[in-house]
Amino acid sequence: MNSTAILEEFANRDYEHGFVTDVEQDRFPPGLDESVIRALSAIKKEPEWLLEWRLAAYRRWQQQQEPEWAKVDYEPVDYQSISYYAAPKTNSLESLDEVDPEILKTYEKLGIPLDEQKILAGVAVDAVFDSVSVATTYKEKLGEAGIIFCSFSEAVQEHPELIRRFLGSVVPPGDNFFATLNSAVFSDGSFVYVPKGVRCPMELSTYFRINASNTGQFERTLIVADEGAYVSYLEGCTAPQRDENQLHAAVVELVALKGATIKYSTVQNWYPGDKETGAGGIYNFVTKRGLCEEKASISWTQVETGSAITWKYPSVVLKGDDSIGEFYSVALTSGRQQADTGSKMIHIGRNTRSTIISKGISAGRGQNTYRGQVKILPKAANARNFSQCDSMLIGSDCGAHTFPYIDVRNPTARMEHEATTSKIGEDQIFYCNQRGLSTEDAVSMIVNGFCKEVFRKLPMEFAVEAQKLLGVSLEGSVG
Amino acid sequence: MLEIRNLHASIGDTEILKGINLSIGDGEIHAVMGPNGSGKSTLASVLAGKEDYRVTEGEILYQGNNLLDLDAETRAREGLFLAFQYPVEIPGVGNSYFLKAALNAIRKHRGETELDAFDFLQLVKEKMKLVQMDESLLKRAVNEGFSGGEKKRNEIFHMAVLEPRMAILDETDSGLDIDALRIVSDGVNALRSPERSFLVITHYQRLLDHIVPDFVHVLKDGRIVRSGGRELALELEAEGYEDLHDRDGLRVAAGA
Repeated sequence: MNSTAILEEFANRDYEHGFVTDVEQDRFPPGLDESVIRALSAIKKEPEWLLEWRLAAYRRWQQQQEPEWAKVDYEPVDYQSISYYAAPKTNSLESLDEVDPEILKTYEKLGIPLDEQKILAGVAVDAVFDSVSVATTYKEKLGEAGIIFCSFSEAVQEHPELIRRFLGSVVPPGDNFFATLNSAVFSDGSFVYVPKGVRCPMELSTYFRINASNTGQFERTLIVADEGAYVSYLEGCTAPQRDENQLHAAVVELVALKGATIKYSTVQNWYPGDKETGAGGIYNFVTKRGLCEEKASISWTQVETGSAITWKYPSVVLKGDDSIGEFYSVALTSGRQQADTGSKMIHIGRNTRSTIISKGISAGRGQNTYRGQVKILPKAANARNFSQCDSMLIGSDCGAHTFPYIDVRNPTARMEHEATTSKIGEDQIFYCNQRGLSTEDAVSMIVNGFCKEVFRKLPMEFAVEAQKLLGVSLEGSVG
Repeated sequence: MLEIRNLHASIGDTEILKGINLSIGDGEIHAVMGPNGSGKSTLASVLAGKEDYRVTEGEILYQGNNLLDLDAETRAREGLFLAFQYPVEIPGVGNSYFLKAALNAIRKHRGETELDAFDFLQLVKEKMKLVQMDESLLKRAVNEGFSGGEKKRNEIFHMAVLEPRMAILDETDSGLDIDALRIVSDGVNALRSPERSFLVITHYQRLLDHIVPDFVHVLKDGRIVRSGGRELALELEAEGYEDLHDRDGLRVAAGA
């Protein structure tokens, strides 16, 4: 097989997380109206104000239009055919023993170290299985440091004052079509609070998995780092393989108070859909945004290899003086995948700095778009931004597109933007072959080299995982 | 070691090699000289297994086996090495990491144990002295931002680490100043051994002042038109390719 053929088969890998877990479900019939939201809120025993908050968002959502500006093409979503709540039947959360063994098996297959012995590596996992958080580990140890790490539903019960203070403070309930929908119907997610001056002693991690068919997953994640605090958080995502598309519209809000640091890393490996038709893949419409107060710093790192459609722009609002925002991204599209992703950096405070490093890899018939905005507001004196958008093409049927928007309203701003597009050359492959390396290893090596700057930003153990994930992506393709 | 018989090769519809015959014994150094466009680099590429070229006729035996049956990586693992005329840059892939992966792929193929990072580093340090290579080039990405001379030196360094049986140097002297040329040549000479053969492709005879060949062949318009000893190179130096006689004493028309 010549290397062109091998490269073009890059996309033909199988999705290894495509199994379905058989557990009994409590679920709502499909459809969405106010009664669904009331029922959802009632099941979760939510306070009155939160119900009103949801309902206000729902009413707002009905007025909003689904955005069409992204460079993605998909069948319209029928929001009335989705079930807005699904939960495994036994979900008392006292200990791991009570968790449905089928669910634990699922996590095992995913390689998530849920049981206590395996977690000695220092990863605390809050696992979200469809709509409820099944088990939260290491909670006690974190508790000693005053750190709260629990499911969102639990936080509503246990820490209502924090939820009320910060929920919607970064992504307002009417922010955009998908975020508004999420505000109305979010089912669960994770909540983290790190108190003043505390450095979280371990990586916090959530694995999301969409199991039930025809359920949208609408998680809500809220992370608050109080003054001078530090936390590093990783989310990983997979979903079973199905014939119909599944919707995922999550909202992540990060709040970094004065001098705080939040690092948020994502390894997303949702089912990308059928290689030929794109059927069955996840529609991933996610709103992620962080807010930096004075001298605070927020860093987004993402490795996106899955989903049929990705619509995602992790952003940082640099409100406080001397605050720092960073975005490091690897997005791989193959088969029929489409990604429209990038970052927004909004500079409000003085001496604010931001960095955007985006690496897009397109293979098969994948379409990869970088869309980013850097905005320097009038009061943001001495703001600096560095953006670098690199695209790599593998084969001749894919596409890479770059749409950087730059809006500068203060003359002291310093902006740098670099962009490159490259193709894995047959010459590069041949050079590797001539040194004894197989084409598969060569492609993997070249792609990993291309992504190195981003992988370096991931926590060590996850960098290895991300590299493996790309490796797996390449492996099946060379067959 | 290597036996080329009546080799014809084309790219697209254009025939470039038009019946090459060449036999290289163990431990021998053969130089192939010729004007631009004579097919020198094509010969190197065909031997290394580049897919762009189609072999239409003839055969190549390498250590008694049919070379054309093997893909490029298998040829490399069997000890065939090409020092590229234009070494390719591979951004983000460390030179040392790359070379270790290559060496271990070859060792694995031979049924030898793979070298760990420590043993590899020791080997590399020793080999770097051969080509007087700066250690910083080991940490940088493969050929990325290397000067022309550094790239060529890096090729010889790869060769020193991978220890091939049959090494092909494709215009390794082009773009080198006299000091770099000497360093590269010294590296090659240090690797001369009774078990290792070389095919040195060059446009200029000056390389052969440093790497002294056992045989010299003149390639012109896809054919070897003359073969001889070391003195043939000197003759060419004096008279140029324009004024060349083929083996039968016939005048060969001046080419490009």
